[in-house]
Amino acid sequence: MLTAVAISLDGLGFAAWLFLASVGLTLIYGVMRILNIAHGGFYALGAYSAAWAIGLYTQTGQTIALTYLIIPVAALVVGVVAGLTIERGVMRYMYGRDEVLMVLVTYAIFLILEDVTKLIWGTDSYIAYQPAYWLGTIEIFGIPYTIYKFLTIGIALAVGLVLWWGLTRTRTGKLLLVVINDREISSALGINVTLFFTATFVIGATLGALGGALTAPEISVVPGIGAEIIVMAFAVIVIGGMGSIGGAMIGALIVGFARALSVHLYPPAELFSIYIVMALVLAIKPYGLFALSEGRKI
Amino acid sequence: MKHFLRTGFSFKSTSKKSLFFSLAALSSLGLSSGVTTAVADGHKNLKIGFVTFLSGGAAGPFGVPARNAAELMIEAINKGTVPAPYNSKGLAGASISPIFVDEASKQKVADYKKLVQKDKVDIVVGYISSGSCKAIAPVAEEAKKFTILFDCGTPQIFEKIVTSPKYVFRTGAHATMDNVAAARYLMARNIDASSIAGINQNYAWGQDSWKDFSHSMKALKPGLKVSTEQFPKIYAGQYGSEISVLLTKKPNVIHSSFWGGDMEAFVLQGSARGVFKRSKVILTTGETATNRLGAQMPDGTIIGARGPHGALAPEGPLNDWFKKAYFDRFGSLPTYPSYKMAQALLGLKTAADKAGKTDQDAIMAALRGSEFDTPSGKVTMALSNGHQAIQDTAYGMYKFDKSTGKSSLVDIQRFKAKCVNPPKGVSSTDWIASNFKGADCK
Repeated sequence: MLTAVAISLDGLGFAAWLFLASVGLTLIYGVMRILNIAHGGFYALGAYSAAWAIGLYTQTGQTIALTYLIIPVAALVVGVVAGLTIERGVMRYMYGRDEVLMVLVTYAIFLILEDVTKLIWGTDSYIAYQPAYWLGTIEIFGIPYTIYKFLTIGIALAVGLVLWWGLTRTRTGKLLLVVINDREISSALGINVTLFFTATFVIGATLGALGGALTAPEISVVPGIGAEIIVMAFAVIVIGGMGSIGGAMIGALIVGFARALSVHLYPPAELFSIYIVMALVLAIKPYGLFALSEGRKI
Repeated sequence: MKHFLRTGFSFKSTSKKSLFFSLAALSSLGLSSGVTTAVADGHKNLKIGFVTFLSGGAAGPFGVPARNAAELMIEAINKGTVPAPYNSKGLAGASISPIFVDEASKQKVADYKKLVQKDKVDIVVGYISSGSCKAIAPVAEEAKKFTILFDCGTPQIFEKIVTSPKYVFRTGAHATMDNVAAARYLMARNIDASSIAGINQNYAWGQDSWKDFSHSMKALKPGLKVSTEQFPKIYAGQYGSEISVLLTKKPNVIHSSFWGGDMEAFVLQGSARGVFKRSKVILTTGETATNRLGAQMPDGTIIGARGPHGALAPEGPLNDWFKKAYFDRFGSLPTYPSYKMAQALLGLKTAADKAGKTDQDAIMAALRGSEFDTPSGKVTMALSNGHQAIQDTAYGMYKFDKSTGKSSLVDIQRFKAKCVNPPKGVSSTDWIASNFKGADCK
């Protein structure tokens, strides 16, 4: 019973982190058909900016409670600035080009972002543990869990719900779905596709930065975290079906639980668990579990 | 060519004579900057390729402190300002010209070959990762290039990968020392170790570290129980599940050879969830984080430094000079990668000065089986036909003083080199399995 509870909570916690880190990636792919490798750079920027801002703030000796505001604000600022700069500065000249070329372009941007991060924050690690410690822990069957982890799970759920609601229940979201289905017809109908693209890219970048910012209090923020997350994020969105928000959530849950199961029951399999799951899913559903259907054009 | 000269450079109306002078001026610039091999004080410059992490997760805690130490030592050796017995200029009089290469490359072997074939370095000093060393050691032997591995820890290098080394040396002790000493520390301090667990990175370094530690513990304390063996992926960063397992299994002792960001993340996540209160945690590379984590590193954590480095270094004029010079230049105290880089360069200087010349065969012959002083004490090239170093080592317990905001290591226990390193000609695994036959711990 204890192990089952631990697996459930660990799986859920890991899944929440994965979902937050990958949802922006799948959103951008869904709307823009761009495999955005630079997403890892947004994640790193979010983590660094939050850790740096929390560090500065805590030196003032003020209440830790405000750091929970610093996290989303830091993510919002770097997400909007970096997302807007890259979309307006580079990506808009690339629309309509081959998807492989887009991968190369976003990979180049990712490398630049890595160097920018190193230029701004150096190579030393940043530690911003205060928000994760301040809330304390709760014991479940005698095992302490940080309340911050449950907060992260809650935020992941909220992000998923807001995106679902925004896409399916608002006029803007419905228009976006039209753009996703056929950008040429959308444009002909008078929908400002360029604006939708810019907005989507900025939202995706901000979500990536939010994933990093929320993770910062639990980890040591070091160079290279962007490269690590992009591999995991790709695994998640491939399993879920690229471009599907619900798929990303299910993909994150599958990967999270696969990892928790292997760690608890058979640790040597941990290294391969994600890839075994991915291979199994793709063997059955080659385009992922909830792949978006492609409209056939005449 | 004519077109190139006309449009590519400002030589378009240059006569042959002025072109010659321009080239001569460029050549003299090259000489004065020391970039090319040159003659200085009647000796050749020695071009050394330094390979260390300059980007990625290992740059901050390892690569950059190692590069800093290299820069500091190169300058001091070239000027002859290292304390005695190293107060002569250069390596046998030859100045060092460094080239720094990032170890965080996906093409480590190609980078190594470029250093040797294109940059034509005289010596390569480098490699922090055990994975890098495993890849480079056989290539160095094949290329017949004098190569000093300064930091990587896996004992496999000379026990499995290159069993009869000629060109590859390692001036730091390998990981067997760290883990045997960790086990001996637990015994010496009477720490309850009736059940142990490990959380180590899933590659040569983590696997070898755990194998040596767990086997040493079984040899020293027969009948102990291994609660769990966790091997998360390197740079995983998130250890929620592993921590739950450690909390569920409740081992008395947890061993980890995690390093850098992984180690810091484990400490942050583990201490928040009470792992360090329920178990005695031993971090074999913990020293690099002691100045950074402050109160977040729980008191009583057993800390290693991959040798007697940093806060575990013995007092002496060389260590005093090194700490002061490093702090004055970089504003922080040197951690063990800095010490190990200094160790490599002082070993090189000892050998070159002893040989009295700078050709690679002469320096290698002098380094083989040599002994030399370092800021971390005496190093002896005792194993693998004189190519692998051993040295005394130490462990201590972390203590943080809230009033001063400073950390220190207490209950330090020192171990003689021959107590925690296998004897000549015996592999680490066989030595531990033989219950440390031939160990000198008096």
